[in-house]
Amino acid sequence: MRKYSAFAIAREAFRGHKGWEQQWRSPEPKAEYDVVIIGAGGHGLATAYYLASEHGITNVAVVEKGWLGGGNTGRNTTIIRSNYLYDESAGIYDHAVKLWENLSQELNYNVMYSPRGVMMLAHNIHDVQVFKRHIHANRLNGVDNEWLTPEQAKEFCPPLNIDKNARYPVLGAALQRRGGTARHDAVAWGYARAASARGVDIIQNCEVTGIRRAPAGHVEGVETTRGFIKAKKIGVVAAGHTSVIMQMAGVRVPLESYPLQALVSEPVKPVFPCVVMSNTVHAYISQSDKGELVIGAGTDQYTSYSQTGGLHILEHTLDAICEMFPMFTRMKMLRSWGGIVDVTPDRSPILSKTPVPGLYVNCGWGTGGFKATPGSGNVFAHTIARDEPHPINAGFSLDRFRTGRLIDEAAAAAVAH
Amino acid sequence: MLLIRCPYCEKDLPEVEFRHAGEAHLVRPSNITEISDEEFEAYFFLRQNPKGIVFERWRHVHGCGRFFNAARDTVSDKFLTTYKAGEPKPALGESA
Repeated sequence: MRKYSAFAIAREAFRGHKGWEQQWRSPEPKAEYDVVIIGAGGHGLATAYYLASEHGITNVAVVEKGWLGGGNTGRNTTIIRSNYLYDESAGIYDHAVKLWENLSQELNYNVMYSPRGVMMLAHNIHDVQVFKRHIHANRLNGVDNEWLTPEQAKEFCPPLNIDKNARYPVLGAALQRRGGTARHDAVAWGYARAASARGVDIIQNCEVTGIRRAPAGHVEGVETTRGFIKAKKIGVVAAGHTSVIMQMAGVRVPLESYPLQALVSEPVKPVFPCVVMSNTVHAYISQSDKGELVIGAGTDQYTSYSQTGGLHILEHTLDAICEMFPMFTRMKMLRSWGGIVDVTPDRSPILSKTPVPGLYVNCGWGTGGFKATPGSGNVFAHTIARDEPHPINAGFSLDRFRTGRLIDEAAAAAVAH
Repeated sequence: MLLIRCPYCEKDLPEVEFRHAGEAHLVRPSNITEISDEEFEAYFFLRQNPKGIVFERWRHVHGCGRFFNAARDTVSDKFLTTYKAGEPKPALGESA
């Protein structure tokens, strides 16, 4: 892997940019791997990278039925934050934020992590009480989060309408200054490049059609559209399709897959300095470096694998955006799309061993997995390499739905995760 | 937006009149205090989540208010049929 640097740009400028190499290899699948990761999204690629960089396991393949980063990694609204209520959640999401802070240097790839601040708006008394409780819980866990009055919120984000007669009046806001955004595609590409340089094979257009198990139960490998690939261990990181993959190994998982939509506006000059989330009215907004407003909506109410959702969901979100930011009422929206998110009953993820020896699962990130990408890959790689969970993901086990030790962020935050 | 046929009102109506109510044909065990943790997990948390035909409950909240069941393809989101609560799963070979 040739290092990217200012010197490299200068060198290539003199050579007509003919020296840039492919960012990752596209090899034919080998007959056997120590670990096969199913799903080349951010979490899967990060897992492969940390297996190679921290655990010395380089005989790894990441198989992907479509193209790298083409699922929810390329469809989310790129929000990063860690102000979750429960200890386990604060642990894993803040682990991720700490990795985000140095990720561009570590991968030698600009992931454009921008800690511009994430501000969550409170619109009613319930929101105010819940957010203040979150702030106190976060402080005890060493996670930054502070309370802003409506005037302070307006100062932090000038486009915000804090008129007391607004349809959704702003009663205050919780601000995490270390929160922000990163470039989602670059995260997938950066991990892919760094993993590939350490020997990981990334195999795109290769759909897993079955998981083969030995009579004793241990996994033997994966059947794919490009033939059988033998594997000592298999990590399933398939987001909305996790239920389908796990069914192949005979494991039922507590997941349901829902469409989640997002949209972007026409690009404009910098007008929006931070990320604003409003769980109560289902609106999430920031401005990309290209200038587009990036807007996230809520999930549809029914399960689906269609990667499309209902227009009324977007309309509901845009109603709220226009009410909170009246200056955007005449903006044109350019594109909208849907992704399929895998939601658990307690709205917390599952990073766990499974009843099948050699099979591991990383799923259930629901509507908010992007922010956790580095932390998730890091502790999931540990889980696979050592055959036991890292202390940070020990609580996110598959068997918590049997033991009752739920991490009930669903009850804690009610909406966005 | 989906167009959903309420089997009680016998009309095709827009999705916003309805509320999705999860997987259909789940039966609460009558001896809920005696079943094992595994059985409770299977009843309470585990779902089919199929890529294909799903049997699910809907409620016509902004109409007759009644629960009914539907068979829908989760890849195309197309409804194959809707039927009244309490009726058995339809044989889909004919209606599909």
